[in-house]
Amino acid sequence: MSALARLFRRELALAWSGGGGPLLALGFYAAVTTLIPLSTSPDPRRLAGVATGVAWVALALASLLSLERMFERDFEDGALDLISLGPLPLEAVAAIKALAHWAAAGAPLALAAPLAAIALGAPVSLAPLIAVTAAVGGLVFAFVGGLGAALALGSRRGGLVIALIVLPLIAPPVIFGGAALDAFAGGLPWTTGLMLLVAYALAAIALCPFAMAAACRNALS
Amino acid sequence: MIRAVNLEGLALRRGERTLFEGFDLALGAGEAVALTGPNGAGKTSLLRAIAGFIAPAAGQIAFLGEAGALEADEARRGDVHLLGHQDGLKPGRTAREELMFQVGWTGGDDARALAAVETLGLTRLLGLAVRHLSAGQRRRLALARLAAAPRALWLLDEPLAPLDADHRTQFGALMAAHLAAGGLILAAVHDPLPIAARTVALGG
Repeated sequence: MSALARLFRRELALAWSGGGGPLLALGFYAAVTTLIPLSTSPDPRRLAGVATGVAWVALALASLLSLERMFERDFEDGALDLISLGPLPLEAVAAIKALAHWAAAGAPLALAAPLAAIALGAPVSLAPLIAVTAAVGGLVFAFVGGLGAALALGSRRGGLVIALIVLPLIAPPVIFGGAALDAFAGGLPWTTGLMLLVAYALAAIALCPFAMAAACRNALS
Repeated sequence: MIRAVNLEGLALRRGERTLFEGFDLALGAGEAVALTGPNGAGKTSLLRAIAGFIAPAAGQIAFLGEAGALEADEARRGDVHLLGHQDGLKPGRTAREELMFQVGWTGGDDARALAAVETLGLTRLLGLAVRHLSAGQRRRLALARLAAAPRALWLLDEPLAPLDADHRTQFGALMAAHLAAGGLILAAVHDPLPIAARTVALGG
């Protein structure tokens, strides 16, 4: 087994287990999307208007939940030392950690997002596009979120710091994704929003691993 | 494979404080050095500097192989093993999962890992979650990783602390075998190592 596959398997197992992972994120997601109709109004027409937007914002928040665990646990128990002295450079390690985080939390959330939006009254025809934008957006959340997690290493209340670092940086993909869905629902050209979202995701995947690795090295020194 | 480590005129700073300056050390294949010194003398920092985590304020850290100088980062990624105060084990995973990942990650294979488990008497513990192991058992699991991964330079930070007398002797045998195979050991200690080692004092 290659070092890459070995690390990915470990990261995935860690992200799935230990009382967190997909169940936590999905439960939080379900709770937030249920609270919206309770707190605003159960009027189907009004809900249908905000359904996709709510599904997206809840997705962004749910993605934040387990970010703290991405580097902090390995940093605290000394495993990050060992991983740094392994066959792969820290940049590759960071990218694999972010991908595993996406596979454990982002992908299940992307599958749940269309359900939540439809339950709130979004048209069923939107479902595929919601799943696609949520999956691509989830990649941004994982990589930009990983950057926040690495920068917050060693700080107390890291979770809060991460949220403050990450939320402004994930505003653009939320806007692009929401715009694409709005345009699609209104019968307008919608590919621009999706393309911008994909471009943002590619930039995050290309750049964030370097920043994550630098932040980890700084924390380890 | 690393055959020698040379430190020349090494100075380390943590924040405003200078830990030590002008430190020289030559460590060759088959040699063990016990690094002593009072708390705060910079023993851990020195080990972490050799492992590449801390940049020295001055001086050189050079790794030499069979054919001369090695690229430092490459040598660290392939041939250096650091065992710090913490064992790097996840409480929620089983001893087997943790050991197999760590041994594989550092270049060993399952057969070598199982041989080390046998030597250290850990067979019965493999199925347990790490959180159910005592401090000494965790340390022995970390030592099994050390013994199973084929890495020449061992940087050990207080390796004996949680071990009882029997297991210290056993660890001594492991270290002796490592040295006999051409390995290098630099260990920060307060108690004497269970093998013959050159003592180098830091600070004080």
